[in-house]
Amino acid sequence: MITGSRKLVLPGDLVSTNPRTAGYGTFVENGKVYAKIMGLMDKTENMVRIIPLKGRYIPSPGDLVIGIVREVVSNGWNVDINSPYSAFLPTSEKPESRARKVNDVLDMDDAIVAKVVAIDPKMKVTLTMRDKVCRPIRFGRIVAINPTRVPRVIGKKGSMIKLLKNELGVQIIVGQNGLIWLSGDRKKVDIVEEAIYIIEKEAHTEGLTDRITEFIKKRKEGIKDE
Amino acid sequence: MNEMDEGLGVKGAQKEDKKEDIRLIVDGKRLDGRDFEELRPIKIEAGVLKRADGSCYLEMGRNKVVAAVYGPREVHPRHLQEPSKAVIRYRYNMAPFSVEERKRPGPDRRSVEISKVSREAYEPVIMKELFPRSGIDIFVEVLQADAGTRTACLNAATVALVDAGIPMRGLITSVAVAKVDGVLVLDPMKEEDNYGEADVPFAFVIRNGRIESIALVQMDGKMTAEEMKTATEMAKKGAMEIYSLQREAIMKKYGAMEIEEE
Repeated sequence: MITGSRKLVLPGDLVSTNPRTAGYGTFVENGKVYAKIMGLMDKTENMVRIIPLKGRYIPSPGDLVIGIVREVVSNGWNVDINSPYSAFLPTSEKPESRARKVNDVLDMDDAIVAKVVAIDPKMKVTLTMRDKVCRPIRFGRIVAINPTRVPRVIGKKGSMIKLLKNELGVQIIVGQNGLIWLSGDRKKVDIVEEAIYIIEKEAHTEGLTDRITEFIKKRKEGIKDE
Repeated sequence: MNEMDEGLGVKGAQKEDKKEDIRLIVDGKRLDGRDFEELRPIKIEAGVLKRADGSCYLEMGRNKVVAAVYGPREVHPRHLQEPSKAVIRYRYNMAPFSVEERKRPGPDRRSVEISKVSREAYEPVIMKELFPRSGIDIFVEVLQADAGTRTACLNAATVALVDAGIPMRGLITSVAVAKVDGVLVLDPMKEEDNYGEADVPFAFVIRNGRIESIALVQMDGKMTAEEMKTATEMAKKGAMEIYSLQREAIMKKYGAMEIEEE
C-alpha cells in the first residue's frame, strides 16, 4: 500500500486516462476518468477511487445500519435509516414476531440494529433482523456522525474499533449509516463518545490512531483520580 | 434605481436623455477604476452554515450572497418525486434589505425567472440519476445586491454543492459582460448595469480546468453578433479566474485532509 499524501480532487477533475481503472466516485466519458465528487484521490496502478469527505448515506445490500421505527403498519415497520431513503422491515424478517401484535414487538421511536437485504431500482430498501448482531436497542447511547467517516471509526480491519473496545470495555456497534450504538459504564461511554467525535473531526490526518490511544490513556487516568 | 430594474425594460430606454450627464467610462477606466476586463474583488468561503449539507458565503464586489445545499433527501410533497432521478430545486431570493429601496419580501416575477434559469443550468451538471426518488435543494439568499447577483449566486451555489459532496460532471462558474458607452466590460457593477446598453450574464461548465459548455446565457439590451463573440471570450477569461477562486475556497476548507495514514 502506498503511504503518504492523497490529493484533494473536485468534481470534473481528470484522475486517470485508463477507463478500466475507474472506481468509486468517478465517471468515464470519452475514455477518460473524471472525479464526480469532492474527495481524496486514492490511486494505485489498477484502481483509482475517490474517498468521499461529505455526503449522505446511500444504502447498499449487506450494510449493518441503526434505524429508528417511524411507522408501524400491519405487515412491518417503516424505519428511518438516516438516509434519503426510508427502509421497510417486514414482520417476516423479524424473528419472534409470530402471534404477537406488531407494535408489541417494535413500536414507534424504537431504535434497532438491522441489516439491509435488498434495494430495488426504485430505491425501496428492505431490512432484516435475522442476524446475530441485529437487535432492538433498549438501553445505551446512540451517537451520530458523518456517514463518510464510518470507515475511519472502524479503522483498518477494525483496528480503531478494537482499540476502543479493548481499552474501555464498552460495547460498540457501528452502523454504516453513521449512527453508532454505545453501551457500558457511563463514564467510559463518555470517553468513547468524545473519541468518536475526534475521529470524525480529524479523519484523514496522520497518526490518528496514536492520538486516540493517547487521548484514551489521559482520560482513563482522569477517571481514576476522581 | 436598483437591481429590480434589471430585465424590466429594454436597456438604454432611459439612457437617451441621460447620455449627456452620465459618463461610465472616463479616461479608459471604469467608474470604480477597473480596466475593461477586470473582475471585482471576490471573496469565497465554503462551509459557513452548520445545519446545511453544504454551504458557501460569497462576495463579488458589493454583492453578498449565501448559498445552502440540502440533500439528497426525501422530497415533500411526494408527488414531485421522480421515480428514476433526483429533482433539483433552486431558490433565488433577495432579502428585503439587499437593495437601496426596500424590496417587498417573497418571490416575484424576476426571482422566479432567475431560479428557473439557474436550476436549468445545473440540471445537466448534477448527476441526478444516482439518487432516484430524492431531491437536492439549493437555496441562495442575496444579502446585498450590486448587479450580477445571479452570477454571484451561481458561483456560490457551485461551491456549496461541492461542499455537500453532490456528484457532478463539472463545476459551474458564472460571470456577466456588459456594454457601456459602446465598450464591452467584464463583471458590471450597479451603475454600469443600470445605465449601460446591454448586460449579458454567462455561466460555463468547467471540467478539469477547461470550459466545456455554456450552461446559461441571457441578454438584456442589444449587442451585435460580433460584440457577442468578443463578450463570450471575455466572459470565458473571467470565468477561469473565478474558477480558481472557487477551487481555492474548497481547498482551504478540506486541504488539511490531504494526508492520510495507511
